[in-house]
Amino acid sequence: MASVSEILETMDYGPAPEASGEVMKWLSARGAFGHFIGGRFTEPGPTFDVMNPATGELLAKVTQGTGSDVQAAVKAARAALPRWSKLSGHDRARYLYALARHIQKRERFLAVLETIDNGKPIRESRDIDVPLAARHFYHHAGWAEMLADEFPSQGPVGVCGQIIPWNFPLLMLAWKVAPALAAGNTVVLKPAEYTPLTALAFAEICAEVGLPKGVVNIVTGDGATGAALVEADVDKIAFTGSTEVGRAIRKVTAGSGKKLTLELGGKSPFIVFADADIDAAVEGVVDAIWFNQGQVCCAGSRILVQERVARDFAERLARRMARLRVGDPLDKSTDMGAIVDPVQLRRIRDLVAQGEAEGAVLHQAPCQLPATGNYFAPGFFTEVAPANIVSEVEIFGPVATLTTFRTPDEAVALANNTRYGLAASVWSENVNLALDVAAQVKAGVVWVNATNIFDAGAGFGGYRESGFGREGGREGMEEYLAEPPVPAKAEPVPIAPETAPTPEAPAAADAIDRTAKLYIGGAQKRPDSGYSYAVRGKAGVIGLAGLGSRKDIRNAVEAAHKASGWGRATGHNRAQVLYYLAENLVSREAEFANRLKSAGSPKPAEEVATAIRRAFWYAAQADKYDGAVHATKSAHVTLAMPEPFGVMGIACPTSAPLLGLLSLVLPAIAMGNRVVALPSQNMPLSATDLYQVFDTSDLPGGVVNIVTGARDELARTLAAHDDIAAMWYCGSTEGARMVETESAGNLKATWTVRNRDWLGAEGQGRSFLKHATQIKNIWVPYGE
Amino acid sequence: MQAEAVHSLSRNERNPGVPLALDWFDHVAVNTPAAERRAATLTTRRTVKKQWQAAWLVNAIRCMDLTTLSGDDTPDRVRRLCAKARQPLADHIMEGLELDRLTTGAICVYPTMVSAAVRALAGSGIPVASVATGFPAGLMPLNLRLAEILYAVDQGAEEIDIVITRAHVLDGNWSALYDEVAAMREACGAAHLKVILATGDLKTLRNVYKASMVAMQAGADFIKTSTGKEGVNATLPVSLVMARALRDYGARAGYRIGFKPAGGMKTAKDAIAWQILMKEELGNDWLRPDLFRLGASSMLGDIERQLEHHVTGRYAASSRHALA
Repeated sequence: MASVSEILETMDYGPAPEASGEVMKWLSARGAFGHFIGGRFTEPGPTFDVMNPATGELLAKVTQGTGSDVQAAVKAARAALPRWSKLSGHDRARYLYALARHIQKRERFLAVLETIDNGKPIRESRDIDVPLAARHFYHHAGWAEMLADEFPSQGPVGVCGQIIPWNFPLLMLAWKVAPALAAGNTVVLKPAEYTPLTALAFAEICAEVGLPKGVVNIVTGDGATGAALVEADVDKIAFTGSTEVGRAIRKVTAGSGKKLTLELGGKSPFIVFADADIDAAVEGVVDAIWFNQGQVCCAGSRILVQERVARDFAERLARRMARLRVGDPLDKSTDMGAIVDPVQLRRIRDLVAQGEAEGAVLHQAPCQLPATGNYFAPGFFTEVAPANIVSEVEIFGPVATLTTFRTPDEAVALANNTRYGLAASVWSENVNLALDVAAQVKAGVVWVNATNIFDAGAGFGGYRESGFGREGGREGMEEYLAEPPVPAKAEPVPIAPETAPTPEAPAAADAIDRTAKLYIGGAQKRPDSGYSYAVRGKAGVIGLAGLGSRKDIRNAVEAAHKASGWGRATGHNRAQVLYYLAENLVSREAEFANRLKSAGSPKPAEEVATAIRRAFWYAAQADKYDGAVHATKSAHVTLAMPEPFGVMGIACPTSAPLLGLLSLVLPAIAMGNRVVALPSQNMPLSATDLYQVFDTSDLPGGVVNIVTGARDELARTLAAHDDIAAMWYCGSTEGARMVETESAGNLKATWTVRNRDWLGAEGQGRSFLKHATQIKNIWVPYGE
Repeated sequence: MQAEAVHSLSRNERNPGVPLALDWFDHVAVNTPAAERRAATLTTRRTVKKQWQAAWLVNAIRCMDLTTLSGDDTPDRVRRLCAKARQPLADHIMEGLELDRLTTGAICVYPTMVSAAVRALAGSGIPVASVATGFPAGLMPLNLRLAEILYAVDQGAEEIDIVITRAHVLDGNWSALYDEVAAMREACGAAHLKVILATGDLKTLRNVYKASMVAMQAGADFIKTSTGKEGVNATLPVSLVMARALRDYGARAGYRIGFKPAGGMKTAKDAIAWQILMKEELGNDWLRPDLFRLGASSMLGDIERQLEHHVTGRYAASSRHALA
């Protein structure tokens, strides 16, 4: 050991290893792990090795879960569900509280275990992962306590299959398990095969607190085990992981009725304006891309810096990077530990090499890496174009890209130039600029002058191909609650459009004179196909409607995108338009009732009257369905803002041709979305009659676009359209499956709406507004 | 790159100051929550244990301005403090650490105590620092404040810790602040000038940065956080901002400026925390007494106890250590 005199010369930190003896003792006592099913560990089956990524040493042997293991776990969860879900919120809260307490009591044990399993520095597992995991259980113990008051008439979803990643193993477990249990669900959780150990320790904690058997089940294994869980008899799948796997899960679960939440990849922008505290932003990069070895889905991996400070920023960043300590994750002075697995290390190396080959310049910390273990020195790229692979693909390693921009507009454009939308970080001392950019960035979480700040009280989750659903806060709880069931109502089968002339006498005198076209961009447009189809009422053909095609959908989506001002209008402005629309409906009430009558609607007058009331109701909601300020950390304003998706596709029911359409379109546009609606295939004329109402109601062109024709065929084009952010579908089971399958392309949020009694209370409500919005959490730390 | 510029700086050349340059700090952005986050994680990202901890604590003594600034100070009291400065650790601790010689960085006293201190430290090589300029409030006519500097220098002080007129900062009257500090620098002559910003009175980190920059432009050798008499004295966020300011000054002007946190730091843990800050933000050179001082009175007692524990393995009692 160096002498004091020698150290006084070097002033080195010296080694400061956290002891791992207790954890190693536990691991060797357990030897091989089985699954945790029905409150006890099964005998280990065929196992796989779990390694310490920092040393390559074997830590444990863990059972590879089979399909029957998964089924046994689901069965145990199913069996435990009735009792667990019927416990009072208070009783469930007691269990969650006990779990939180026990995580705290085992905090050092869990931190060390996490670090040797995952390779993350002990500083992070000790100060971030484990305390946040405990915080999630505390927070959700509170939701369990208040459930009946806060979410009246909602119940648990049922058995939840949960698949978590290897980057924050215990924390992701907490994010998944805590809300599920609070809401009264039971779970089958599959931890990642690289990092199953803290989940297994958590299983022991569940037993220790006496959690009822089968409420939490843990099945270990690889992707095949996860796939078996996705296909098992569960009511919900919650997945955190890669976008590719998320896409596959979306396809597999399509049409199954399983509730789905996906928290996927990201390539999050980290925007530094010239007026920012540059040192603070540099430190932010440390917390962004050099946190957890860069293996963070929301990592600020695309650094965008305003040109006039870019050189200074890059210099400071390089200087700061040079001080990072990379090495033994158990050392308390380590900033960056080991990459989780050699496979991941190879992937990082390959991507970085490819980036360099494409011309980007890599700057890497000049640090000495340990001779063994999966290490990668922190770095960043400059001279990197948006087209370079490293700008586009999630590296999932400690390497960021640095690009410059000139103006705020350009910053937003670059920030949003990605298929992802998980998080963003905005650095500026100008509150106007920072909040303006925060509002414009397409991301579920935005940190102003900060990055990677988490709390159980705020929602976390993405836009776009970063997935859908939120974890944390009220919005996270809602993902584990089922709305009261809506009685289903069979819908009339869509009649195949007849495009040939029909040699029948028209049923109404004026039917042939009125040619219903499509409504695109606020104007009536002929269908691109040049075809129209006959619309039959109870007494025969009552008119013709345009036969829309995929090109009309393309045009309608483009028109909808052009109407972006609607999303920025105030709720009050939108309310004014909706009230006006209601008024205009009132003045033409009889006409609309007649049309419905001729179409054979059972209650035409009532349908119109309800549509008018609904327009009033959504007008009223337009400036009232708003967000929250979450109680998170002190001196942080955490704004949860419901934002419109942007452009939505809406396939409307065949029944209730007027009310069905308006019941779906009104909430969507009240929240600021623009829609491409596919009206009732059999009776589109009530929808086409609305064109004039829209025109006279000051509804801006492009906000509502209507394409008549074969609904499911058009819905397929909409669902597969990459520039549609959300899609609602009310129709057949097969149609719903098709829409969910096709939606996997850009992972748009989908809502398959059951056909229902549109005249009834279930035809309107806050849940429609909820499905028309996504929550963006904006974190604004303050203090001078 | 700035990093290279800092490393190429001469170690011994005093900062002569530069003409007042408002554009070096006028639009500075200091984000307080971010500074607080950085400060809070400095000591969770780094630690020193065992032999390294002992060495870092010894280094803290080496960089310590052992201070007494009380209304009841007397020459005898100061002599006792000087004895401690000459021999800050008990012999058996020194032996256990295998050290031959260790003194504090300086002694810091009021002007009327300087001569007593100089006599008590004769032959030790330990410089005497004197506060001056109407310490701690500084609200005296400038000529009297300058006269006080001359007096302290005349008494043998090699370092002068002056206080600034806080109002100049609060009013943004940078030229007045600059002129005042420049005049004090001139009065110091060969004595080194430490400029106390009294950051607890300046309130905002922007003010701290700006006042730091003006003080350095006016010729400060050291910038120092506090008198020890403000409501809030040395804090890590304030120190972080001052460290960054002196780094920026070095990059622009080419001179190295020292940093002295003072007031409120009482524990060995504090001693480690500030050294981590220096090493992480500025590098090892700012762990030497020519560029780093800890202004403290009671910290030494805690460090001695910790070092005794390191040497003996037994927890120590302060009654067994010589009083400062």
